[in-house]
Amino acid sequence: MKNMNDTNEEYDLYYVPEQSKWPIIASIAIFLFLAGIAMILNALKINSSLNTGYIFLGLGSILMLWMLYGWFADVVHESRSGLYSGQMDRTFHWGMFWFIFSEVMLFFTFFGALFYVRVLVLPELAGISEESTHDLLWSKFNYQWPLLVNPDNTTFKGASSFVNPFHLPLLNTIFLVLSSVTLTIAHHNLREQNRSAIIKWLFITILLGFAFLICQVMEYTEAYNELGLTLNAGIYGSTFFLLTGFHGAHVTIGAIMLLVMLFRVKKGHFESDNHFGFEAASWYWHFVDVVWICLFIFVYIL
Amino acid sequence: MEANTHLQSEPHGPPSGIMRWILTTNHKDIGTMYLIFSLIMFFVGGAMSMVIRAELFQPGLQIVEPEFFNQMTTLHGLIMVFGAIMPAGVGLANWMLPLMIGAPDMAMPRLNNWSFWLLPFAAIMLVSTLFMEGGGPNFGWTFYAPLSTTYAPPSTTYFIFAVHILGISSIMGAINIIATILNLRAPNLTMMKLPLFAWTWLITSYLLIAVMPVLAGAVTMMLFDIHFGTSFFNAAGGGDPVLFQHIFWFFGHPEVYIIILPAFGIVSSIIPTFSRKRLFGYSAMVWATASIAFLSLIVWAHHMFTVGMPLTGELFFMLATMLIAVPTGVKVFNWTATMFRGSISFETPMLFASAFLVLFTMAGFSGLMLSIAPANMQYHDTYFVVGHFHYVLVPGALFSVFAAVYYWLPKWTGYMYDEILGKVHFWLSFIGVNVTFFPMHFVGLAGMPRRIPDYALQFADFNAISSVGGFLFGVTQLLFVFIIIKCVKGGKKASAKYWDGAHGLEWSVPSPAPYHTFVRPPEIEEDKDYF
Repeated sequence: MKNMNDTNEEYDLYYVPEQSKWPIIASIAIFLFLAGIAMILNALKINSSLNTGYIFLGLGSILMLWMLYGWFADVVHESRSGLYSGQMDRTFHWGMFWFIFSEVMLFFTFFGALFYVRVLVLPELAGISEESTHDLLWSKFNYQWPLLVNPDNTTFKGASSFVNPFHLPLLNTIFLVLSSVTLTIAHHNLREQNRSAIIKWLFITILLGFAFLICQVMEYTEAYNELGLTLNAGIYGSTFFLLTGFHGAHVTIGAIMLLVMLFRVKKGHFESDNHFGFEAASWYWHFVDVVWICLFIFVYIL
Repeated sequence: MEANTHLQSEPHGPPSGIMRWILTTNHKDIGTMYLIFSLIMFFVGGAMSMVIRAELFQPGLQIVEPEFFNQMTTLHGLIMVFGAIMPAGVGLANWMLPLMIGAPDMAMPRLNNWSFWLLPFAAIMLVSTLFMEGGGPNFGWTFYAPLSTTYAPPSTTYFIFAVHILGISSIMGAINIIATILNLRAPNLTMMKLPLFAWTWLITSYLLIAVMPVLAGAVTMMLFDIHFGTSFFNAAGGGDPVLFQHIFWFFGHPEVYIIILPAFGIVSSIIPTFSRKRLFGYSAMVWATASIAFLSLIVWAHHMFTVGMPLTGELFFMLATMLIAVPTGVKVFNWTATMFRGSISFETPMLFASAFLVLFTMAGFSGLMLSIAPANMQYHDTYFVVGHFHYVLVPGALFSVFAAVYYWLPKWTGYMYDEILGKVHFWLSFIGVNVTFFPMHFVGLAGMPRRIPDYALQFADFNAISSVGGFLFGVTQLLFVFIIIKCVKGGKKASAKYWDGAHGLEWSVPSPAPYHTFVRPPEIEEDKDYF
């Protein structure tokens, strides 16, 4: 790269982008999107037919998609124009790593809630660790997990049965673990610039991801229709859907990321030593995989 | 790879017009916007505190309805924490970090602009709740369930999403700061040569990415309880309202240190400058900051001594909390040792920093009193707590922000601020703060509960004094705005290094700092430190 850096051969200039419209569009998009959801939720709660919320939500979604496409396109373009130095590459590494760490903390919160409920709250309500709460509130309440009979089982009707971990969840575990393996194979092929093999293995990975999502939808349908396991089914349903739901949302995002990577590979992007976009997407995918392993153990099996 | 030289043209000045600010990727522009936003929110939150103090001037219901009073205490807290103090810290970080470490800008300039522009939208969403049917959030800034779920006004949904937006902004900002400090330092500027302001912001950023997602998790569970029928915080379905408190304070306690650690960094810059000595015990300061951050993650339940924890829990959280006094004490003694036998002069930044040193130490001592679990049963949720944390936040965090603004304002504007007016601002603020918050300790120990619009007659005198102090402090801040505007408009020209005792790279660039600085990294001398 030849530029006015000639006087100081040691350092590449750190690329500072010109003005960009994407941040303000992103802020407006998020504002409209969330305000729309809030309006819809509040209208639903009082059974009002107010539909301004849908307009906000629609506008926000369109803006957000446009922004995501445009912002990432800018970054990809800059990267492929050779504007990014090795130092910039490290910035992206740090950025993605600590972003995933913040996601870990989000799941840590939800897992923490699950453990707190199982280890402290329910034994106390059942009179195992402490008696007065049990005697004064719901003296007939017994602790079992998964919790099928809630302390107040008329307000929160418990589920009739729990999800069998060795049915769909086991299949899903196999899908996700396999997908991590296939993604790593794709990555190795990327390092060797074996284009057709990258596409093949990446495609299989995405397929496994979508297979997981389809199974998850089937499982939710079964839970709602046959097990009576709903969001209203007390703390078992609450933690179950919160944890698996947030994980499912992350799988969806990860699959979309991988899909974008597939298109980029097809367009001839990524070199053997310069492919952080791909690497970031695969970090994210492995993270989602690890979360699932924890889910499988703590939500389904134990 | 095609060369793309036109995008890497020589540094130039800012574009003109309003779009300069909206589309900017420049850390100085973004820092300025953060600081102005924070100042505006400081007055919005301040106006709410004036309503509170006016109502409490005399016993009995005087001016506002209790319902509205609750909304005022809630929004005053939320706006001051998330709208005024935190953005002020991030604004200072934006302005000063690249200058201090010899970087051309923040590591991710566009993301940086996004972190800022999320804030006004979150603020609009939060403040708009006041005008909604059923009123704004009225459950206190800690929004304990079930007050914030079962018994909450409909506007709570907007409050939840406002908190989500604030969280995104903070996490992105923190990631940016980490990448900047770890990756964009000038070559050979090693970590242990960094100014403490950079160190404290690095550690604060780690706290932010560790606990802001927890806050997001808490409000998400609230959202589900309110709208989707879950029972996280409802014992009838097997959940627990205390679960909310644990999650909230797992975020809430480190949040206190997110606010105060950058303040430590500022004071660690200012005290050596005006004492004309090097900072005493630099590496001890770094380790103390890291220890405080670590301890802040394991003491959260000291906010919940009265909810009915097992005795072992009470003991653990009590002792862990007291442990924080050790690294904090290291800091206080190091600042004092820095001043010891120094050639001290008291310009406005030093006045604020010295007041910080004394009054923050006092806030620490009332914190130690609160950390004693059995005694805490007595003053839990009283005005003693209000007095304690306002001493942490106002003469602690806020005074350090004032000190930083006076310290670096000439670097930003190119003109010296009016020293006489600055000193007047300091003394009026100093008197105002103490008159407002010191009596709160007395009424608190005597049993006056917090978050009430009316109180028993025996608390009347001290409350009247508090209110007078509050009004004095509030009006004084208009002077602060005047001083800033005056300094922006003109005055005595500031040289590059207008404080003779200052150290660090930010003093090697002219005042005002050019639009682009350190496009090429500066030379770092081997045997010199930059703090």
